[in-house]
Amino acid sequence: MNSIIQFATQLIRGHAAAPAAADVHKFHGGVHPNGHKLASTAQPIAKLAIPEKLVLPLRQHVGYIPKIKVSVGEHVLKGQMLAEAEGTLSAAIHAPTSGTITAIGEEVIPHPSGLPDMCITLTPDGKDAWATLTPVDWRNTDKKELVASLRASGIVGLGGATFPTHIKVRADGRSQVHTLVINAAECEPYITCDDMLMRERADEIVKGMEIVKFLLGAEHCIVGIEDNKPEATVSMTEACKSLANTSVKVVPTLYPSGDARRLIHLVLGIEIPHDKRSTDVGVQVFNVATVLAIYRYFAFGEPAVNRIVTMTGSVNKPQNFEVLFGTPLQNLIDAAGGAKTGTTHFIMGGPMMGFDLPTIEVPITKAANCIIAATPDLFAAPPPAMPCIRCARCADACPVNLQPQELYWFSKSDNFEKARDYNLFDCIECGCCSYVCPSDIPLVQYYRYAKSEIIAADKAREAADLARERNEFRLARIEREKLERAQKHAERAAAGKAESAKPENAAPEQTAAEAAKPAAMPAADDAKKAAIAAAVERAKALKAAAAQAGDAGNQPKETVAESKKPADKKPVDDEQAKKDKQALIAAAIERAKAQKLAAAQAGTTPKNVDNVSPAVQAEISEIEAIREKAKQTADTKDAD
Amino acid sequence: MLTALYIMLGLALLLGVVLGISALLFKVEGDPLVARIDAILPQTQCGQCGYPGCKPYATAIANGEADINQCPPGGDAGARALAELMGVEYKPLNAEHGVPKPKSVAFIDENTCIGCTLCIQACPVDAILGAAKHMHTIIASECTGCELCLAPCPVDCITMQPIAETPDNWKWKHPVIPIVAMPAHGSNASL
Repeated sequence: MNSIIQFATQLIRGHAAAPAAADVHKFHGGVHPNGHKLASTAQPIAKLAIPEKLVLPLRQHVGYIPKIKVSVGEHVLKGQMLAEAEGTLSAAIHAPTSGTITAIGEEVIPHPSGLPDMCITLTPDGKDAWATLTPVDWRNTDKKELVASLRASGIVGLGGATFPTHIKVRADGRSQVHTLVINAAECEPYITCDDMLMRERADEIVKGMEIVKFLLGAEHCIVGIEDNKPEATVSMTEACKSLANTSVKVVPTLYPSGDARRLIHLVLGIEIPHDKRSTDVGVQVFNVATVLAIYRYFAFGEPAVNRIVTMTGSVNKPQNFEVLFGTPLQNLIDAAGGAKTGTTHFIMGGPMMGFDLPTIEVPITKAANCIIAATPDLFAAPPPAMPCIRCARCADACPVNLQPQELYWFSKSDNFEKARDYNLFDCIECGCCSYVCPSDIPLVQYYRYAKSEIIAADKAREAADLARERNEFRLARIEREKLERAQKHAERAAAGKAESAKPENAAPEQTAAEAAKPAAMPAADDAKKAAIAAAVERAKALKAAAAQAGDAGNQPKETVAESKKPADKKPVDDEQAKKDKQALIAAAIERAKAQKLAAAQAGTTPKNVDNVSPAVQAEISEIEAIREKAKQTADTKDAD
Repeated sequence: MLTALYIMLGLALLLGVVLGISALLFKVEGDPLVARIDAILPQTQCGQCGYPGCKPYATAIANGEADINQCPPGGDAGARALAELMGVEYKPLNAEHGVPKPKSVAFIDENTCIGCTLCIQACPVDAILGAAKHMHTIIASECTGCELCLAPCPVDCITMQPIAETPDNWKWKHPVIPIVAMPAHGSNASL
């Protein structure tokens, strides 16, 4: 693969040395749809008035959604940053005019889904007051700083792809770009915004080319223009004279010559391998409008706040307008003299690659290069699709050299893996295959369907892999925790065993207990040992006393209780008190025995009537009387 | 005659050694069939199949203990893929194990949550964040929608919310060609 790139690099170097000798290198396939461009080029570019309301979707570019920096009610100046680029692939959004932020919420955006998305609504104050702008002296500034500042400019590819521009010029030195190609082919029917821009502002475009050339470190610059734009070719050729190593190359009108890879092939004769980028062969492509925006940003500090939009089709005065981002579509239609009767819907982008707008209530975004008012006369409803007859006209028309008929079969039958194998993702959705299909099969729709299904499946697989990983980690964690707990239990059990064994057989167990104990607290251990020894002494003395008393029934319990007592008591006092208590208990037992004996002789239950007050005694006798009565009644009942 | 025998013997020994070495060198760790089945399963870890997770179910299928149609989150496509992998006849999903539902994520009503951590313990993918007596919340990007957190919640503050369609996850639909009633032409009738 590297040898191919090297060969390709040599090839362009060779071409660059002798550009005049090189001819246009035709690519495979392509179609010739009717241009319809003349209608909108009759008038110069007009500036659209500031509307009453601007709705700025956060999703205006390829990549991550930017982070909102303003809040509702805040007053902003023209060019102030409203949302900041977040993540690598993202672009900032700026206020197109001065005014107040009146809402931040979901609005319908120009997207084929017709779904609402997060938007910032700005109500202009009519002053159109710029924020403080800081032009950049790009010739005397570090390239890294320039690229970082470009990240804050909000400039994206204005050809329609809306790829953040700062990514394309990143100065990481990974690939050496030697040729800058300026895409001015504008191959889609109806669209004339780049054509008009080149006619009117060629000098500014060339100044932008100089900046981009400097940023990329490119030696050569080639402007590729289709031969249906002679005025633009003349003005660009004139303007390009001021820039060294720059040439304008006229390419034959053939759709889709405006596709970056097709244009590189046309002007340089290089076919980029399908898994490589154009920078891998040392070429980078920029759209004319993007280059102009870069010039305005560096020369005047103006961020991306407007663009040229072609308003054409079934309107009274088709024309190109300079439109602030966020302008409602209705304002644009009104400026073009209103839509003619019979207009059914509006198309954003060209008729080949664009999509039908879900509603008229959508704003103009960075991607909106052209709005076409459609009528059934201009765009007849497609006749019902007929079966594929395997004529392979689509394969002849495919500019990417794919096999559209095969892709159609696989997509239609949901055989997505096979579609991927046939390089479905190399399809640029240009629509040439659908255009030539004699059976009127909406081929591109099938490819879009298959692509989005595959992307969704890939995302689901990624999520499943993440879930598997997290589940496995969780199971491992639970297992580990269980082991740890078991270990802790075992340790505690071992320690407890050693502890309980100590008092019974102090001398032999001492060493084992000591070994089990941590060696960190020897002093505490010594104190404990002394206490235990004292307790053992006491226990022995008690046992001896109990043996003397000759009443072993209550003794063991007493010793256990005693051993639990705090060890700070003096053993001598303790023994004395114990002996006294022992004597008392013995006396009580004697008394109880005597009572029991007396009760047995008298035939009544024993009563604890020693040392009771006269009141209690009276109560007891009362209860006795009641009991006696009850007994008597029970006896008489029994007799009955 | 002998030369031929020696050659064959030599070859046999050589190949035997090569096979022996490669058997040691390229030994497959674990059961590759289980891993392949597990790769098809959606990793919801919901246990609707009757096993405590996707891997145990995969192991059960590999051992021939479980059927291929017990995974509702995998859907019909999953059952077909399993049937193809196992070389068995496709079977429609067994309704005993539940029916496929649109992909959802759990959502905790933060006003009701009492911070009991029961759902955290139930979550098979650790997608719930929180601590005892503190409000819990779901990490939506990591929630598999298994619904295992619903049952243990003592205050029923967890609900399943289907994932809404946004321009981000919106998909182009399969082209539909409307059937239009064609007016009956005289010329057509004559054909």
